[in-house]
Amino acid sequence: MILGSLVITEAAVIGLVVATIQFATLLYLAALGETITERAGVLNLGVEGMMAIGAMAGYVAAVATGSPWIGLLVGGLAAGLLALVHAITAVALGADQVVSGLALTILGLGLANFLGAGYTNDARRALFTNINVPGISDIPWVGETVFSASPVTYVAVALGVLTWFVLSRTSIGLGLRAVGESASTADAAGHGVTAMRMSAVVIGGALAGFSGAYLSLDLVGHWSEGVTAGRGWIAVALVIFGAWKPGRVAAGALLFGFTIALRLRLQPFGISFSPILLSMLPYLLTVGVLVIISYRARNQPAPAPAGLGIAYRREER
Amino acid sequence: MRRRFLLATAALLSFSLIAAACGDDGGSTSTESPSTTAAASGGSSASNITAAWIYIGQPGDAGWTFAHDQGRLAAEAATGATTLTVENIGEGTPEFEQSVRDLIAQGTNIIFGTSFGYMDDMERLAGEFPEVKFIHATGFKSNDTNFTNYFGKVYQPRYLSGMIAGATTTTNTIGYVAAFPIPEVIRGINAFTLGARATNPDVKVQVNWTSTWFDPAVEGDAAQALIAAGADVIAMHQDSTAAGEVAEKAGARWVSYNSDMSAFAPNAYLTSAVWDWGPYYTSVIEDVAAGTWTPTPYWGGMEDGIVKLGSIASDVDPALVTQVNDLGSQMAAGTFEPFTGPINDQDGNEMVAAGVAMDDGALLGMDWFVEGVEGSAAG
Repeated sequence: MILGSLVITEAAVIGLVVATIQFATLLYLAALGETITERAGVLNLGVEGMMAIGAMAGYVAAVATGSPWIGLLVGGLAAGLLALVHAITAVALGADQVVSGLALTILGLGLANFLGAGYTNDARRALFTNINVPGISDIPWVGETVFSASPVTYVAVALGVLTWFVLSRTSIGLGLRAVGESASTADAAGHGVTAMRMSAVVIGGALAGFSGAYLSLDLVGHWSEGVTAGRGWIAVALVIFGAWKPGRVAAGALLFGFTIALRLRLQPFGISFSPILLSMLPYLLTVGVLVIISYRARNQPAPAPAGLGIAYRREER
Repeated sequence: MRRRFLLATAALLSFSLIAAACGDDGGSTSTESPSTTAAASGGSSASNITAAWIYIGQPGDAGWTFAHDQGRLAAEAATGATTLTVENIGEGTPEFEQSVRDLIAQGTNIIFGTSFGYMDDMERLAGEFPEVKFIHATGFKSNDTNFTNYFGKVYQPRYLSGMIAGATTTTNTIGYVAAFPIPEVIRGINAFTLGARATNPDVKVQVNWTSTWFDPAVEGDAAQALIAAGADVIAMHQDSTAAGEVAEKAGARWVSYNSDMSAFAPNAYLTSAVWDWGPYYTSVIEDVAAGTWTPTPYWGGMEDGIVKLGSIASDVDPALVTQVNDLGSQMAAGTFEPFTGPINDQDGNEMVAAGVAMDDGALLGMDWFVEGVEGSAAG
């Protein structure tokens, strides 16, 4: 294909797909965690802070042990611990979820910068290497993109399927959704609302931590202040865009990933389009979806969990 | 409640939208860390001087702020002055003015602001605190008592690094990951391209604007995109090392900027255009201590050592290294100026006639690309 004076090569198209998958992996892990949290009725706006903690702790653990896998786990653990702060204040104590979540972002960024200060400008690397699925990775196009990806991408897909299965096919998932729709009804039905919500917040935090560790152990390869660059907010938007469903969130992650990847691939092919406008696209898309949801909410149930953002206190039932 | 939540979320997203449009300096928190390491007094009269630096980023970026902080440490060691630093101060934020007031309350005599957008605040505060010297990097304003600006001709070593990049590429395509379409960046791209075409007339330099100074994920991906488009050497004007790390993974070569970043991509690293702010900072502190300082704008080049070519990879042809070093000496001696005609623009129109050197005004306002650059100088 010829555009302007330049030829769009196979390598360029494959590069676009690979980059789309990379950014989608980053966004999906964090958005999947937020999906679980919000399906339990808790809004956690601390994703950016949890990603930063995950990126920092993941990097530190990986270079200390030489294993990116240990880094990934430690990143998840650290962000899960940070999420526990939100679980305690916003769930157990019933504080305002928006305020507590925003505080978590500030706390997470500050802690990551403070604790990770000695690791910025550090040239040590403990990177994930892409997995070439034997036999399949040689297939043109599909093999070179989908089946030669980072192991973390496969982890993200597996976690997505697992989350879908648990949410829609198990009694635990039913209970979690019940807690998110109507905490008092779920409570009356014998579900432990507080325990369920706190667990969902911590699991959601761990997934945001995986996302951060993917950043510092794969996509970027190191930890530095500001490395998350606002992607936690895109993940929050993605949950709404994906209507709180793991599958649709995955599709949204690919679309958002595509807009990020596309933005840097137009100029090398002589196409002039404002990179600033393109970087706004995920937010524009989400605002558009919100408008549609609000409009449709007049005559049919909105996809948002009905109890989202509402603290539950049994004595006020 | 559901509607209210959706509305609140929409409002929040709109806010993020605005924040995204205003550039990605997202979420970095301000940390004030006065490192009052009063240096072992070298018997200099400067030991009673306190100089402070206000940084846009943090010294851990390995780039712009790192280079300034190295300069600060060198000046501290050379003069025995006390130095203070404040990191992560956004341009045009209330934190900037607050930091200035805090630093002055701590006895600061000289304030260096190292980002362009500090300019107007520094001008105003210089009027309010006439006894304090305000010295602003990359700006163009000054007064005749206590406010001036400084910068360096980093395009000179960029030209030299371009010579090495041009001789290295085998695809005749060099990718350039660039921050924003402002004269400083455009001048660097142009000088680099003139250098590259001096050793390889067939070379083209493909520009990829990121609209970021520091977003490693995006900057690395921009390099990836250029490599996929055929570039085998990557140059950059950015504060992160991300482009080089991507080049390392892809087996491409890399020309770094700000500081010698070879440790981050040892195989990809080719050479670099680097800053050495130490001598300038030292001279300002010494002049202030001696009472001879005047607010003279400074735009130094290779002759002062404020800009230089970093280390050169060992696999570069020694004859080329000699040629590059010779030209560097000529720049320092003032006998060679990269922006000397004939220079054509991208469309082949002659912009500078043969034998004519561009003046500083034209260089500082440069908003067009030279022949050989692919991309739009408007961003």
